[in-house]
This record gives sequence, C-alpha cells and structure tokens, in this order.
Amino acid sequence: MEKMAPFLHSDTTYKIKIQTFNKTLTQEEKVKRIDALEFLPFEGKVNLKDPQHVFSVLEDYGLDPNHIPEKPLNIYFGRWIADGQRELIESYSVKKRHFIGNTSMDAGLSFIMANHGKVKENDIVFDPFVGTGGLLIPSAHFGAYVCGTDIDYNTIHGLGKASRKNQKWRGPDENIKANLRQYGLEKYYLDVLVADASKPSWRKGLFFDAIITDPPYGIRESTRKTGSQKEIPKGIEKCPESHIPVSFNYHLSDMFIDLLNFAAETLVLGGRLVYWLPVYTPEYMEEIIPRHPCLKLISNCEQRLSSHTARRLITMEKVKDFEDQDQYSHLLDNQFLPYKGLNSFREKYFSGVTKRIAKEEKPSQE
Amino acid sequence: MRAQAGMKLLTHNLLSSHVRGVGPRGFPLRIQATEIRVSPVDFNPDFVTRMIPKMEWAALVEAAESLGHLSELPRQLEEGYEKDEDFLRKVHHVLLEVEVVEGTLQCPESGRVFPISRGIPNMLLSDEEAAS
Repeated sequence: MEKMAPFLHSDTTYKIKIQTFNKTLTQEEKVKRIDALEFLPFEGKVNLKDPQHVFSVLEDYGLDPNHIPEKPLNIYFGRWIADGQRELIESYSVKKRHFIGNTSMDAGLSFIMANHGKVKENDIVFDPFVGTGGLLIPSAHFGAYVCGTDIDYNTIHGLGKASRKNQKWRGPDENIKANLRQYGLEKYYLDVLVADASKPSWRKGLFFDAIITDPPYGIRESTRKTGSQKEIPKGIEKCPESHIPVSFNYHLSDMFIDLLNFAAETLVLGGRLVYWLPVYTPEYMEEIIPRHPCLKLISNCEQRLSSHTARRLITMEKVKDFEDQDQYSHLLDNQFLPYKGLNSFREKYFSGVTKRIAKEEKPSQE
Repeated sequence: MRAQAGMKLLTHNLLSSHVRGVGPRGFPLRIQATEIRVSPVDFNPDFVTRMIPKMEWAALVEAAESLGHLSELPRQLEEGYEKDEDFLRKVHHVLLEVEVVEGTLQCPESGRVFPISRGIPNMLLSDEEAAS
C-alpha cells in the first residue's frame, strides 16, 4: 500500500484501463470492472483524456483462441511506466526493405541486438560483416552513427544478383545508404568499406561504442578472408576492383578469435560486442563460447535453427583495457581450445542430413 | 535512385594502412580525390563534441586542406570548443559533409594505393602484403 500512496493523492489525476488477452469484452463489461474497483483508495480525480497516472487491469484468458475460459486464468493490476516498441518490427520489416541479402536478419531480432548493445544517441556502432546493412538500421533508429565493412565488393556496392524471388539483378536503389534513407535515417550513415575483418585497417584507438554483427557461418554465406597470391588456382574468387584473391580458408574459430580481439582493441571501455555464434547442438557446452580477458560475457541466448543446429546471441562487455599480450591469450589458455569444434560446423550441419537419409535407407546392423 | 555516398573525413581520420612493416607510420593516408561532393547533413553539436577528442586533429586539418575544404578550421584545437557553436559547425562540415566519391588513399610509408570508387574505399590487401 505504501507503494501506491504517491499515486492516490487528492491532487493527482488518473485513469483506469481494462485490457484482455485472448478475449474481447464489450464496453459495458469493461465499465462494470472499473466500477468494481471502487474499493481502491484513489483520492485524485479521474481524467480520461490526459491523466498523470494510468492504471491497467490485465486479464489473461490463456493462449488457446478455440477454448476461451469464462473466468480469467490470471488478473494483473499495475501502473503504466513505459511502452515497448513492438510496432517497430512491422515498420522496419525486411519484406518492405529496398536492399536485402540472402541472410538479412529479421527486424525484431536486429532490434533486440541493438538493445543488447545498449545503443544510444550519438554512439558510433560498427559492423565488420555488414553485408546489406540490416543490423545498422536499428542502431541508426536509436540515434547512433553507423559504419561497416565487408569483404564482398559486390554486396557493399549493391551490385550483382538479387536476393529477392522474381528479381534477377539488384536495382539502382539497392545499397546500404539507400536502406537508411528509406527510413529517414540517412544522416546517421557514416561509411562502409570493402575490407577483411581479419586484417582491420583502423589506427590505434577506441572508436566504437558497440560492435553488432552476424558473422557468416559458412552455410549460406562463405567464411572468407583475403588470401595469398600463390593461391590462384582455378576457382579462387578475386575482388573485382583490386584483384586481391579472396580465399575460402577462414576457420570459424579463427574468425571469432579475431572478432573478440578486434572488439577488445577498438571498443570504448563499457562498450558492447553483440554477435551470433553457430552451434552444433549435440556437442554444445557453455565452455565453447569464445572468451577474452578484456571482455565479460553478459548473455548467451539460443535460437534453434534445426533439430541439431542453433545459433546463440552472445553479448560481451569490454571491462579491461587491451594490452598487446591479450591477443595471444587463446594460445596460452586451455579454456580457449574447446571452440575449435566450431570449425566443423559446416560439415556437422550437413552431416545430420546425410546421416538421417542413410539411416532411413539401411536397416541397422548393430 | 541510388543513394550517393562518399568517404567522409571522419572515417578517413580513423583509417590506417596495414601493409606489412609500416605500423603507426601507415597513418594518415594521403587522399587523392578526383571527385568530391559536399552534401548537407543535419548538425548535431553533441555528436561533434563527442568526436573531437577521438580525432587526430593535425591529420584532419591536413586532409581537409588537401581537398580544398579547410573551411577556416583552426590548426590547433582551442580550449572551451564545446561551447563555441560556430566552431562546432565548421568541424561538423569538415567531418561529415565533405565526401570523396572517387579517388585513392595512399599509404605514406609504403606507397601502396587503396582505391575509392562510388564513395567506398577498398582496403583489401593480399596475405603477402598485410601485416601478420
């Protein structure tokens, strides 16, 4: 009762709302419920248009629209503090976005990532695997200035084959800046560059408030880094502009070591790294989450992809300044060895499929 | 309509060559611009104030000058700049409104050239060229 006291004063105004989940009430039924709350010691005046305090009764009628109970399963009563922003998921939907790629993140998840990154106005947010820039959009929506790099020349320039069904080539309004302009967020666009995330070209300094990224898992986008001039047998792709060979030998575990070192070096203290880690579920254990002496693990949330694979949204916070020896910690510390298992993610992802097919075709001999 | 873009001087101020052996002498990259664009961006004094301490000031002045857009930027940072709106507007202009659409960035130590096309710098180096 003491908690309610400040909101019951005679010189305050208030209003009560009735909200139901999985049931519709008539206006009459709602008014009846409000009247039933007369026992509450409100001394202030009711103001339906612009009250200082809004109180809600929330009636929960379960999750099954085909079996709606007579009485609510639960009733909650509370004071409104803030709105969520779920409408952003629709307004930023990938379906309406000008420029998408094969693996563009859905709007809801990309906003959750920005939240994990604690992105705020005037931050600088960076994505080292920026692709079509989908992950930059929520940060820009929250007032941060955004930049990114990608090793793929065509994607960064908005060229090449389209990802949309029924569309062959990318159109003239498809590039990352155009995506931001679509939402009126152009002013937050800093730059994107063609660059190899494993060979960063930043001068020494703490530039980024958050690094929010979805690295390639090697399934629908290949894991790549620039290669050697010696590796120019047939089939090695070369960057269209500079003809630098782009090899396909970037081991997943090396990619995460590079990413964590990069974050430790370039994040401000207190800054956040948010990224997806692909996981082969039968072998998953918490120990395989990549670690770094400068970064503290804040959260680790699973999203199932298939019966035997998942990805985990990892959030880390920089808690210690980077020193040169920190980049070698993965070599010295045994705890960093388990995530070598990530390297075979691609084989395991596909092996589950082939093993199942083989099982169905042959009776077991054992 | 393709959204036109150019490399901003704020970004240029953070970039360094990572050619093997150059270390900190890979900064700042020398800009050769064949096409420059000036594009208005909403002025945000809080953002500009936050960015100034992160900038290598001499390199910023040098880059702006090399593009012919020094815009009365002082060569030395003076105390109390946070409250000087005129000054902040000049910095805003140089950091965010002057863009290199076509040109090159050159490593001052090794001479290696990184192209900028359609406003996007290409920083790729092969294994042999890059620092280990």
